[in-house]
Formats: sequence, structure tokens, C-alpha cells
Amino acid sequence: MSLWRATEGVTRPAEVTFAVDGTDVSAPAGEPLATALAAAGMLGLRDSPRGGTPRGAFCHMGLCQECVVTVDGRIVQACLTPVRAGMQVRLGGTLR
Amino acid sequence: MIRRADCLVLGAGPAGTEAALAAAEAGLDVVLIDEQADAGGQGWRAPLGSLTLPRKGADAEAGDRLRSRLAASGVDRRLGRRVWSVGGAFRLDAVGPDGAEAYEAPRLIAATGAHERVVPFPGWTLPGVIGLAGATVLLKAQAVLPGRRVVVAGAGPLLFAVAAGIVAKGGTVAAIVDMDGRLAWARRLPGLARRLDLLKEGLGWTWSILGARVPFLAGHGVRCATGRSEVEAVIVGPVDADGAPIAGPERRFACDALAVGHGLVPGGEVPKILRAAHLYDRLRGGFIPELDPYGRTTIENLYACGDGTGIRGARPSAAAGRLAGLAAAHDAGRLDAAAFTALAEPTLQVLSEYRPFADTVAGAMALRPAQVAAIDPATVVCRCEDVSRAEIDAAVDAGASDINQMKHFTRCGMGPCQGRMCGDVAAELVAQRRGVTRETVGYWTQRVPLRPVPFDTMIGSFDYADIPIPPPAPL
Repeated sequence: MSLWRATEGVTRPAEVTFAVDGTDVSAPAGEPLATALAAAGMLGLRDSPRGGTPRGAFCHMGLCQECVVTVDGRIVQACLTPVRAGMQVRLGGTLR
Repeated sequence: MIRRADCLVLGAGPAGTEAALAAAEAGLDVVLIDEQADAGGQGWRAPLGSLTLPRKGADAEAGDRLRSRLAASGVDRRLGRRVWSVGGAFRLDAVGPDGAEAYEAPRLIAATGAHERVVPFPGWTLPGVIGLAGATVLLKAQAVLPGRRVVVAGAGPLLFAVAAGIVAKGGTVAAIVDMDGRLAWARRLPGLARRLDLLKEGLGWTWSILGARVPFLAGHGVRCATGRSEVEAVIVGPVDADGAPIAGPERRFACDALAVGHGLVPGGEVPKILRAAHLYDRLRGGFIPELDPYGRTTIENLYACGDGTGIRGARPSAAAGRLAGLAAAHDAGRLDAAAFTALAEPTLQVLSEYRPFADTVAGAMALRPAQVAAIDPATVVCRCEDVSRAEIDAAVDAGASDINQMKHFTRCGMGPCQGRMCGDVAAELVAQRRGVTRETVGYWTQRVPLRPVPFDTMIGSFDYADIPIPPPAPL
């Protein structure tokens, strides 16, 4: 399903909109992209290179490289990339 | 431009930050470098700056105190830098916000922390399965729950911290699945009671979990996670005291997330790459550098401290960091022997007071060889390269005698995580298959880049005119 942002007593920055494979997704500005994608129901981010099995963010701290996506043409780790308005995200097809 | 200093500290967790503070207070020009945007490491991580949270936990407050002391110090803070190379005596290359950076100093303190061990099981690569440490990052730094219904499984205190964090934020824990039996925790009480403040924190987690009536399965492990494109359920079953699965009723818990972890592994790439001597210590999480009581490695002017030198936890790591910083200042001639002893003695005392507690917690987080022995042959061990346990066994049978030969045979550990996720388990598999010690099997040969970095940022901006050409030899 998806990650879930706690609401009680938590104030978050205003949401910004960015594109994931052409679809608009909104998330609080500055939230790690891996979190924003999972909260939008996009858990699977790529397929493994050999077995072709679905993969998503695993370590959430910049080590495992499972959440690698393409942002504005550059390969990045989604868990270390803050969400910005207008960023163009592409899933899949990386690290093959 | 190379930033030259008296001392470089790599890693701004509790250990590295205390090391930097101690060395700077003694008069050294210290540069503190970390990948994160703020000091605190993983345990004392700062919540996202843009977030307002209802209340802070003890770790966040400890982190805040550390960060304010750092802000008031003379330490040159270089945060948000990804260090990809370490060499010489000593130079660090990093990618910063404006591209390539380099740092040089005659002294280096490595405080690069630990990473999580997850012993593989069928389905552990499914999206929605995350590490326990990753779950704490989501909960503490981002106020995000891993799912609507979360199974929390594995071993060690993080289990209870994560489950309590989910409950506190209004989430549902489908079940807590602890490899340890109730007896194991009862046996640990005397060790835990040596730090009443920390024991109280643990009991607070237990209390909130009991209040939420979460199913608690002691002496159980994950058999498999199932789901088509993401995790949909977890099947658990009983395990013995060594972590091996045993016959008994299995239970299935529907969930949309599984947070799982089996302890921490010291991530000491820097002392390894600089060829310091290491030893294997299962209690401390794996291979750790040989250190004197102050954190000096076997390489002159290279120091190491924190969980990267063996799993102890944040508070003992802070004390070890302070000792390493003092030792660096003493070795640099800024603290005479009397001043060094006077400053180091109370910190050594603090470290020894923490020892029974730290050993007890480390014991819960140590590798369980029987759990590794029970990994199913078809299960993927190396996530990056999709290498199964059967392929690792076959490589050993075909003659791969240590961890690096096994890597060359199979590509296990050769992917973008650089063997961080699978290394400890893969080495244990090789050792068990050969019937030899972990020392015999060894550890991955560390090489640069320490982290994946884009090639264009790595080389920086230069022209052919910038390449130094030596004068021709006289004829």
C-alpha cells in the first residue's frame, strides 16, 4: 500500500507538485523523494537487473541503492533527494 | 582548492562530533565532514528542518544538545558532503553542493558508524519490506509511518523502539516478531539494569506496546514475506535460542509493510581501505579495527571511534569519540601528558560504566549463525546482483576459499551497495560452507569510490591546460 504521514501535532511545509513518468504527484517540499513516492502509493521503483523482481526503498539512509531513480536526467538515490517543485522523476531502467 | 587542516573527522554522529569538539577545544583546526545535512548520525538524527513535531524523544534531545555545542564550537562543519575517496596520510575527496572538494590533514578520525544487518528470507526484496533502522529514520526524522499495518520483526532493541514509535504516531502494528524468547530478555535484565535511564526508555516502549495490545511473538522469526508486486503478508514461525527455525505452528499476518532487522554491522570502510589491522568480534557486529583504549588504530595518526569500531550504541560512542579527539590533540602536541590524562580519565570511566549495558544490547544484535545456516538455497542474498545462497554455496564448492574469491566467482557484493547489505551474511555463509573461521574468510577488499558518485562531479571541472606536464628529461 503506502507510507503514511502522521498528522497529529505535526506541521509540514506546503505541498509542491512534481512529475513522475509524466504523472503529477504532490508532497511537502523538502520531504525525501523515496518517502513522497511511497506515500503516493509508488512502492516499486525499479526492477532488479538480473532477476527482474520489483524493488523499492529498503534502507532509507543512503546505503542500499535500491531506491535509485532518475531526477532531471541524473541518477540519484530517492531517499537522499529532497522533493522540489517541478522536478521530473523517471522510475525504472536504472542501474541495469 | 584543498582545505588543509590539523585534523579531519569523517562522520558527524555522536562519536565523530565529540571527537571533533574535543580536538578543537584542545586547539586543533578541525574539519568535520558528513553526508547528512546535520550532525547527529542515524541515532541522534535531526528531524527534517521544515517539520514541526509534537514532542521530542530522548535521542532527538541528545542530538539537539550535541548540535548546539557543535554550532558554538570552532569546528569547521562540512555537512551534506559525500566522501568518495580516502587515501594518503590523509586526503579525503568529496562531492559537495558545489561539486568536487578535497581535504588534507596529518590526522584522520574515522567515525563512519554502522549499517543494518538483515538476514535474508524469501520475499525480503519485495517493495514495502524495509530495515528497522530505516523505519526509525521515517518515524523520528520525518514523522512518517512505514505503512497502515506494519509487522515489526527481527532482533534487538530497535524492534521495540520501532513498534512503540508506530503506536505513538497512531499506526497499527500487526505483530512484533522477536527472535529472542522471553527468557533471553529476562537473562539480560541485570545487564540492562546497569543503566537505569536507558532501561526505563526500553520499559516505556514495552508499556506503550502493551497498551496497544499488539500481538507479541517471542522466539519467532520471519519464514517469508509474500506479495505480488509489494509485500502483502508475512508468515512467521518459532525459532530456537540460536535463531534456527524449529517445528511449530506458523502464523500469517496481513500487512502493507514489514520492518525487519537483525542487528547492526560496523561500517568501518576507512580503516580497512587504509590497511589498519582488524579482528573479528561477533559480539561487536563483525570485523573491527584493532584499537588502543583511546581509539588509535595500527596506522599512525589514524583514529577510529563509534559504532564503526564495534556496536556499542550512541552514548558509549560519544565517549569513545571524545577519547579519540583528545588522543589526536595529544599526538599533535597540543595536550601535554598530564592534561591528556586528566581529560581522558573521566571519559574512560564513563565508557567502562556503559560496558555491561552496551555488551548486553550488542548481544541481542549479534549475528546468529544458525539463522544464517537456515537460509533457503533459492533465497537472494545479494540484492544488487540477485545472487542466491545456492550460487554462493556452489562457488565455495568450486574452490572459492574467501569472501573476495566468492565475490569474483558470483558477483555477490559487486553491485552498487558495494556489499554493505549482504557482506556479513555472505561471509558467514562462506565460513560455514568451508567449516572455517570468519577470520579465514576475511572481509571485502575496500576500494574507492566509497560511495557511488557521478563521474563528472568526481573529476571536477578542468582543462587540458590544468594537467601538470613534467619537463622533458635532459638528453
